[in-house]
Amino acid sequence: MSSKDTVTKTLVVAFFLCVVCSILVSGTAVILKPMQDENRILDRNKNILSAAGLYDSAIHSDSEVAELFSRFTPRLVDINAGRFLEADEALALGIDIVNYDQRKVITDPALSEALTSEEDLADVKRRALYQMVYLMEGNSEDELDTIVLPVSGYGLWGILYGFMALEGDANTVKGLAFYELKETPGLGAEVRNPRWTALWPGKKVYAEDGGVGLTVVKGAGTGDYEIDGLSGATLTSRGVANLVQYWLGDDAFGPLLKQLGGMQNQAIAVLGND
Amino acid sequence: MTSAKEVVFKPLFDNNPIALQILGVCSALAVTTQLSVTLVMCIALTSVTAFSNLFISMIRNYMPSSIRIIVQMTIIASLVIAVDQFLQAFAYEISKSLSVFVGLIITNCIVMGRAEAFAMKNPPVLSFLDGIGNGLGYSVVLIVVAVFRELLGSGSLLGYEILPLVGNGGWYQGNGLMLLAPSAFFIIGLFVWVLRSVKTEQVENAEFRIAPHASHSHEGAF
Repeated sequence: MSSKDTVTKTLVVAFFLCVVCSILVSGTAVILKPMQDENRILDRNKNILSAAGLYDSAIHSDSEVAELFSRFTPRLVDINAGRFLEADEALALGIDIVNYDQRKVITDPALSEALTSEEDLADVKRRALYQMVYLMEGNSEDELDTIVLPVSGYGLWGILYGFMALEGDANTVKGLAFYELKETPGLGAEVRNPRWTALWPGKKVYAEDGGVGLTVVKGAGTGDYEIDGLSGATLTSRGVANLVQYWLGDDAFGPLLKQLGGMQNQAIAVLGND
Repeated sequence: MTSAKEVVFKPLFDNNPIALQILGVCSALAVTTQLSVTLVMCIALTSVTAFSNLFISMIRNYMPSSIRIIVQMTIIASLVIAVDQFLQAFAYEISKSLSVFVGLIITNCIVMGRAEAFAMKNPPVLSFLDGIGNGLGYSVVLIVVAVFRELLGSGSLLGYEILPLVGNGGWYQGNGLMLLAPSAFFIIGLFVWVLRSVKTEQVENAEFRIAPHASHSHEGAF
């Protein structure tokens, strides 16, 4: 027993253990990374497509996702200026469009900003300065068919992350899909229930006065602007209403969307720039 | 010398790590809302327990006792990271719903418990089988819990609809409690109860006896 308990033996065993384990850990991480990245991108693309109502996991296979998604053009938006960034501008900022993740840069002071409490309707604390949106051309050349925006906001237990799709008029809702949430199963997590998300398409975002009219109400919603609240999930419903109010409002995507809605015919210019 | 068969099958019901030893209950609460997620968790835990037992047993004669625990932890942690990486590469959707719970296998008492109690004293192959057996014992309980929770909570099994929910136009009102962690406690409790009713040797001796009711001298209750 005592022969294996000397200081030298202890150090030797510890050293070899560390070497072997670190080779195992880093080996698997490095070898599997390409597949993991592929999965991550595939998953994001699926979320975008399902927000736009183009993807249903029961119908489409993974291999069809790439083809469906190829109709979308990713564009970077300078959220404070309310305009698209050109490819060379993004490059100058050191942003790689393919791998850019606006949720990761949130900790980077150069690429994100803190929100004041009045601004921060969705209670997200910080936002990326440059947001990735996805545009889809219509069947005829010069029309914009779909705009997919990233949205996020605090519900009951944590931040909900999702994508919101609008029609080419930048005013009619095409769909809303959350891909990450911590809400209570059976109550708040029902924001993912297809019966509830089916209430969104066709609703209008902007009221007559130009403000965001779209909201989630308690009970049954009526008219073009109201969505039924989820029963038993008042705070989650309020969180969704807030994030819609914030991300489509004047402090976020509002100016860009109004511009897109007003110049539908020149939309091809927007799409064709990169 | 314990036989291989005994080592694999005994932990299923006779010496179940969850039901008899009450170990590893934490993840049994967290990952049992959907059967598909539970199955992946069971495979992950079983493979970690089996391989950690194997490797620890292989080096048990060289392991200085002063750093014994930390050597075991390092091996277990490395295996768990490797398993997590594999899940992210080959079962991305499920790895997302398992989130931190794969990482938490490191702290699962079953893995550490088997390493310390069995692998340190037994040869590699037998230790490997012991890991498989205990992983299966854990799996039996988790699968039972998950079947009840998914069926009664969401009306489905492995994602296939069995009891159509009212919310989707059917007749079954999902039991919301089943989707929350406390329901797993009730089901594990019932499982332990049933198991100990059948295998009465598992019933623990009472730590003390309750004295018979002292008789009342007045009023004449009976």
